[in-house]
Amino acid sequence: MKAKVLLSLILLCAGLVAPSARAGDAVPAAPAACELPPYLLATDSQLHKVAETVKAGKPLEILVIGSRSTTIPSSEDSSYPARMQAILKDKLPPAETVHVSVEIQSKKTAEEAAGTFVKLMEAKTPTLVIWQTGTVDAIRSIDPDDFRGAVTEGVAALQNAGADVVLMNLQYSPRTETMISAPPYLDNMRVVAQEHDVPLFDRFAMMRQWNDQGQFDLFSPSRGPELAKQVHDCIGRALAQFVIDAAHLGPGQQQN
Amino acid sequence: MTIADQVTGSTIAGTAGAKPAEAKLVEAKPAAAQPRAPAITLPAIGERELRLDLFRGLALWLIFIDHLPPNLLTWFTIRNYGFSDATEIFIFISGYTAAFVYGRAMLESGFVIATARILRRCWQIYVAHVFLFTIFLAEISYVATSFENPLYTEEMGIMDFLKQPDVTIVQALLLRFRPVNMDVLPLYIVLMLALPLILWSMKWRPDVTLALSALLYAATWEFDLYFSAYPNGFWAFNPLAWQLLFVFGAWCALGGARRMSRILASPVTMWISIACLVGAFYVTLTWYVPQLGHLMPKRLEQWMYPIDKTDLDVLRFTHFLALAALTVRFLPREWPGLKSPWLRPLILCGQHSLEIFCLGVFLAFAGHFILAEVSGGPGMHALISLSGILIMWGVAWVISWYKRVADKSGTKTKAAAGNADLAGGG
Repeated sequence: MKAKVLLSLILLCAGLVAPSARAGDAVPAAPAACELPPYLLATDSQLHKVAETVKAGKPLEILVIGSRSTTIPSSEDSSYPARMQAILKDKLPPAETVHVSVEIQSKKTAEEAAGTFVKLMEAKTPTLVIWQTGTVDAIRSIDPDDFRGAVTEGVAALQNAGADVVLMNLQYSPRTETMISAPPYLDNMRVVAQEHDVPLFDRFAMMRQWNDQGQFDLFSPSRGPELAKQVHDCIGRALAQFVIDAAHLGPGQQQN
Repeated sequence: MTIADQVTGSTIAGTAGAKPAEAKLVEAKPAAAQPRAPAITLPAIGERELRLDLFRGLALWLIFIDHLPPNLLTWFTIRNYGFSDATEIFIFISGYTAAFVYGRAMLESGFVIATARILRRCWQIYVAHVFLFTIFLAEISYVATSFENPLYTEEMGIMDFLKQPDVTIVQALLLRFRPVNMDVLPLYIVLMLALPLILWSMKWRPDVTLALSALLYAATWEFDLYFSAYPNGFWAFNPLAWQLLFVFGAWCALGGARRMSRILASPVTMWISIACLVGAFYVTLTWYVPQLGHLMPKRLEQWMYPIDKTDLDVLRFTHFLALAALTVRFLPREWPGLKSPWLRPLILCGQHSLEIFCLGVFLAFAGHFILAEVSGGPGMHALISLSGILIMWGVAWVISWYKRVADKSGTKTKAAAGNADLAGGG
């Protein structure tokens, strides 16, 4: 009996809250779990082409070049590229068309992936490429200097093809920390980003922040997709915010 | 002053100080003193060894903490305050102690016997490495079978090597397959293998040896020399670069430190060192407080980064030198604090460095495991770090106790030899 009352109360509350949230925007406000200190989302580099495209009202084509950690097995719609698309659509002016496509370079090192970029960019002509890399190189312990060379080459190829570039680094994976050495790859991606004035989306630091603050337990051995969905949702949100900030498309900035 | 005198002089220093047990000190000192009596006139030098033990013990604790996931204690490790970290201290002191122990052996017993003893030591370190690899295999196999979080399907690619154990295990035995956190011992084995040559050359001309070592270091950078690893890549600590620190330690032990004492005592050195440390501290600060990054000139950043650990970046080496210079200046060998019971745990750990190093790597594995299986809270983190350090201290105490007891029943010569191994330890 008690349970029934409780349940109906909850349903009632949900009924009251849900429409009000939906009325405002299609995406509910960011869950508290996604909170990040502002410095993790700050960048000096700018996304000029994204800014021009949005200001001109042209459709924004975004290509995510990633690997297996770009998606969640058997729930693509919850992966961070899909989440980013939803949030961007919501935050940019309603007339703006946003389309995010994903190119998975499974088990390819940065060098192998970079080799495909010229062709890839001929086939698609995105305004912005988000290149997520480093994990495969770290697993195979590729020479960090070679890795840096490959990332430099890849970024140059993407820029030459006329796209803005965002680099995204590895996932923070505490369970495999004793087996995969991430720091050299993180450092080298930071160097390339600095040298080429490309914004670096520090996925590693963000996930570590969430884990350290207890928002997510990334040690969890759970086989269910729930944790992965929540983490990808947060990454998608952070990424959307990051792109908006780096292109200076925020509410206060759009006028300038 | 002849080279032989220098060598013997510091050798005696080493012999006297290497003793954890006072009983042995009395026994071994005359034995070592016999060949060159005049050199023992500086009994105070004996305390120098305590400083070495102290800092090697400290390095071992820091390496242990750095191998754990970041937590509160991580903020106490020196890598957060400058470029160099505990590895530099460890390798430098290892070079120093190895040189004076096996340097004496080379003078007393000749090249062949000293080489044989060094090789025996290499074998011990090798066995320790293989032991740690076995533990690593156990851990990784466990994770491979129990951890299936869909968030990390990609990272699980690291387990692929389990599919071909025939190749992996042989490569591990060849020191070519080295999992994360297991890089120091292979480096140390290679450096020890080179030690007979280094000592032989030092006996001839210490300064030329050091110059050759610096030349090899420069060549490593210029021609990009490296040790290849399996399945690809290279050794995480390039022995061709890190040998500079080891040889520099040996050079200091064999009289270099004494000849440098005037330079070390000059205020100019002190201020340069302080400037180095402050500069490095500021740069590291920008890693943790990115807001400060705006104040860093871009050109400086481009020149400086990446600060390469694999090839012992010049900045790391300089930072270590500055740190060492200030330590030698402000922590005299007669400092009474070295005998205080509070520093005893560190000194004990430093005196059994190979055992405690292996234990530290094992405890770091175990700590990871507990964090993953039980809970990952900051409280648990701190508890694991602290109990790890307590275990290291406890085991070091037991080893000391055992050696003391075992040595009492041994002959004089045996005691001296056993003790030499101790001091030359990893």
